[in-house]
Amino acid sequence: MQRRWSDRRIKSVALQTVFLAAVVGLTAYAIDNIADNLRARGVGSGFDFLDATAGFKIGFLLIEYSELSSYGRAFVVGVLNTLLVSAIGIVLATALGFAIGLARLSSNWLVARLAGAYVEILRNLPLLLQIFFWYFAVLRALPGPRQSLELGGLGFLNNRGLYLTTPVPGEGGMLVLGAFVVVLVAGLVWWRRVRASGGNAPVGWYVAAAVVVVPVAVAFLAGFSMTWDRPALRGFNLAGGTALTPELIALVLSLSTYTAAFIAENVRGGVLAVARGQSEAAAALGLSRGQALRYVVVPQALRVILPPLASQFLNLTKNSSLAAAIAYPDLISVFAGTVLNQTGQAIEVIALVMAVYLTVSLTISAAVNLYNRRVTRA
Amino acid sequence: MTLHTATRAFVSTLAVGIALTLGPTSARAGETFDQVKQRGMLHCGVSEGLPGFSNPDDKGNWKGLDVEFCRAVAAAIIGDASKVRFTPLSARQRFEVLRARDIDILSRNTTWTQSRDTALGFDFVGITFYDGQGFMVRREIKVMGVKQLDGATVCLNIGSSTELNLADYFRANRLKYTPVQFERSDEAFAAYVAGRCDAYTTDISGLVAQRSKLGDADAHVILPDVISKEPLGPVVRHGDAEWTDLARWTFYAMLNAEELGITAGNVDELKAKSQNPEVRRLLGVEGQFGKNLGLSEDWAFNIVKQVGNYGEVFDRNLGPASPLKLERGLNRLWTEGGLQYAPPVR
Amino acid sequence: MIWVRKNLFSTPLNALFTVLSLTLIALMVPPALDWAVFEATWSGSNRQACAGRDGACWVFVKARFGTFMYGFYPDPERWRVDLAAIVGVALAAALIVPGTPRKGLIATAFVVVYPVLTYFLLLGGIFGLVPVETAKWGGLMLTLVVAAVGMAGSLPVGILLALGRRSSMPVVRGLCIAFIELWRGVPLITVLFMASVMLPLFLPGATDLDKLARALIGVTLFTGAYMAEVIRGGLQAVPRGQYEAAAALGLGYWSMMILIILPQALRAVVPGIVNTFIALLKDTTLVLVIGLLDLLGMIHAALADPNWLGFAAEGYVFAGVVFWVLCFGLSRLSLRIEAKVNADRRR
Repeated sequence: MQRRWSDRRIKSVALQTVFLAAVVGLTAYAIDNIADNLRARGVGSGFDFLDATAGFKIGFLLIEYSELSSYGRAFVVGVLNTLLVSAIGIVLATALGFAIGLARLSSNWLVARLAGAYVEILRNLPLLLQIFFWYFAVLRALPGPRQSLELGGLGFLNNRGLYLTTPVPGEGGMLVLGAFVVVLVAGLVWWRRVRASGGNAPVGWYVAAAVVVVPVAVAFLAGFSMTWDRPALRGFNLAGGTALTPELIALVLSLSTYTAAFIAENVRGGVLAVARGQSEAAAALGLSRGQALRYVVVPQALRVILPPLASQFLNLTKNSSLAAAIAYPDLISVFAGTVLNQTGQAIEVIALVMAVYLTVSLTISAAVNLYNRRVTRA
Repeated sequence: MTLHTATRAFVSTLAVGIALTLGPTSARAGETFDQVKQRGMLHCGVSEGLPGFSNPDDKGNWKGLDVEFCRAVAAAIIGDASKVRFTPLSARQRFEVLRARDIDILSRNTTWTQSRDTALGFDFVGITFYDGQGFMVRREIKVMGVKQLDGATVCLNIGSSTELNLADYFRANRLKYTPVQFERSDEAFAAYVAGRCDAYTTDISGLVAQRSKLGDADAHVILPDVISKEPLGPVVRHGDAEWTDLARWTFYAMLNAEELGITAGNVDELKAKSQNPEVRRLLGVEGQFGKNLGLSEDWAFNIVKQVGNYGEVFDRNLGPASPLKLERGLNRLWTEGGLQYAPPVR
Repeated sequence: MIWVRKNLFSTPLNALFTVLSLTLIALMVPPALDWAVFEATWSGSNRQACAGRDGACWVFVKARFGTFMYGFYPDPERWRVDLAAIVGVALAAALIVPGTPRKGLIATAFVVVYPVLTYFLLLGGIFGLVPVETAKWGGLMLTLVVAAVGMAGSLPVGILLALGRRSSMPVVRGLCIAFIELWRGVPLITVLFMASVMLPLFLPGATDLDKLARALIGVTLFTGAYMAEVIRGGLQAVPRGQYEAAAALGLGYWSMMILIILPQALRAVVPGIVNTFIALLKDTTLVLVIGLLDLLGMIHAALADPNWLGFAAEGYVFAGVVFWVLCFGLSRLSLRIEAKVNADRRR
């Protein structure tokens, strides 16, 4: 017995050594070939170009950037834009996906059928076509800048985007913001501790009140003043405020509605996987259908839903790479589009882009795994 | 033993089953020329779709100015204009594919710039189309020139030099603008039509092509300003002089043919009867100009007979005989006030 | 009436949902029908036929139908594509329809003979068939070739990777995990680009690898990584007892996997496999970025024809319908197989 075990052990080690050697060998061979081939093509490679002046503008920015900035800066702009659209998309897709998944199980025949049609239509059409559809639907639905829809005092909506009135904090602004953050964090910690110890004091309301009252008090004491940056028509277009472009809106819409169709299926599967007896027991306890879903079924279903949900988040992030089709300046559009075309450094550019997506994907995977572990432990 | 040789030795002992047949390490002069001749087929990279320059027709045949240039090269070297394999390429991959020798020549509305000619390791054969970047706006906004576009939103597509020209011009004139950059020109133009942008910018030829889509073309105007030089031409790998010569003289033969009044229709007759020494030299009746290029003496005859002269090609793809009805403009021959000028065959 | 009250208006909230849903339908369906059917132009052969009409110009799709389906495949040779498609559909149908005799034989023909046959039929060069190089492939035919090769290739790749990921050997497991996560972590666009541009760099200088072949390698490895995760789920679902029983029978690793474990594991994850296929089919539209003109690529190219400028909506709707029919068909198929597998299990 002992002998057989060591035989297998030796065999396993030998096998792994051969496997590793083959992989290393192939890699070395490939690298060797790359070096030869690159020399044969007579092109310089490297990442020096990142410091060169970009020379082009980008239409939607989260950080300072101008045509005098470097390619490296353009890269950061692209990364941030990709992260933005992915983050909003993930939140909306999850919400919509849960709603549609539960609607498919609705007792209302029409609602269930419509939800079913939604899933079957959206998940069987290539995303690119859906992005085009939403983009031109959004553009067509909105008026021009001169006929902007006024949204109360909040801002304006036209086919150039959603222009929001933005508060501009004056003196003492940082102090107020600081107070707000401190109160919010402290309140959340307190709330969790009370919940964990099983108490049922209305802590939530106390916290909410403190979050409003304390910063206002600080504002009074510090002599805080605040102005509003209101968008206004200047020349061709509205200027001022915070602008969300139709590209961002359409991309978020298409990514989240598309991904929601898949999430809905996961949710439906998860809910159906929860034993029927559970909802019957909840009904017997006198819980309404909604309450049964909320307190009994969904928490149990979550364990089944979470792992595939993570893949959907990954898919959404990667699918955001279609943004270039409708002019949202994401990483692919800015860096693997414009920068690649300007510099011709295709290999370096694509390698960087792949590295970014890989990092984002692994981070999302890790985050969901962590959450998953907590949910399954509870 | 250096790392390089060490890896090589390691690999060969591993016997991965792939033969180590390392190719030549530099672009040897005449290499592409020999390959094309031996293969009997020209590999030509074109655009995946650009009105008037390269697009498949209803039957799946490639059409357009860039396409016909490759046909002319095939006619010159192989003697048969149909011996071309067209490879549609996106703007992103075009240079890498040329570098990787997947294609012999890149005829894909590529702007001749200094960095492409030098740092990227290519040679431009000539300027088959003089273009320039222009703007289209809606007539109702009553803009007469680009300088009135301060604060405008501009639709355009990613790639080539359009984005840089736009940024340069607006910066030099201290004008503000917001760019909206699309992957493809179809969507860029559709967004402009839907009111997303105040102006649409691309090369003039592209503006004309896009405008021909519109039912109400009169509601839009192409501004008179041209903000950049866009010399478009075929590209080959640097370091293969014979090949560059051949491609260049193919183009010159098409220009000279137009200048001398040789067309696909009359080339047989002229070859047989013409007493004009210039015509006789071009069509291989006198001298040995084909031999100079390593070709047979009927090289230029084949080009004109099978493809046509430059003017004919222009007219049927971009000019009056096409739906685009583009003005010849700068692309007229020098004798008619344009810039197209070919050195003589002598 | 009772049915309506019970299913549509059982509670006030339900009634509200019903009314909202009906409004949504009333707002969306009639204009879409007007454009696509009632106001559309169906006959003619050029754009003039559509002048002055508000609806869709289906003449565009009609005139371009040949290139949309076959790309640049020469006209007199297109029967070969048709034949390959018909044989494929017939074999698949014979496998799916219950009660066909000799399923084993048909399955072997489908998996072994059919790919070889199709390869030579499409490429030509033997049996007196005119060679048709891959540069001439395009349209829906190319879409299906990419999807089919990706599907067929990703299964073995996925099985090997999944087995590797569950291997007890740390080196093998580590490398498989790294490989899977690497491919799953990047968008297909970048994979395709790397496959088309970088792959030749990995190989010795003179190797001439077909452009389509490069894309196929990229697609297969990418899908293989996804497939590996699906199959891993199936492997985890096989009860431990099965492994132990197989070991007790004295089976070695490979015979245990091939004879006992994999058949059960694969059967358990048929829906997941088909979903991966559907995703792949939709993703084939991305081969456009490396200049392969699939169905959507041919539509884009057609839109650049000066004779057909400005019919993007018609082209996209046509592509949408084709893809939807294919993907929906696949998902129905998956439901059938799933039901059958469940029925078998109950027996």
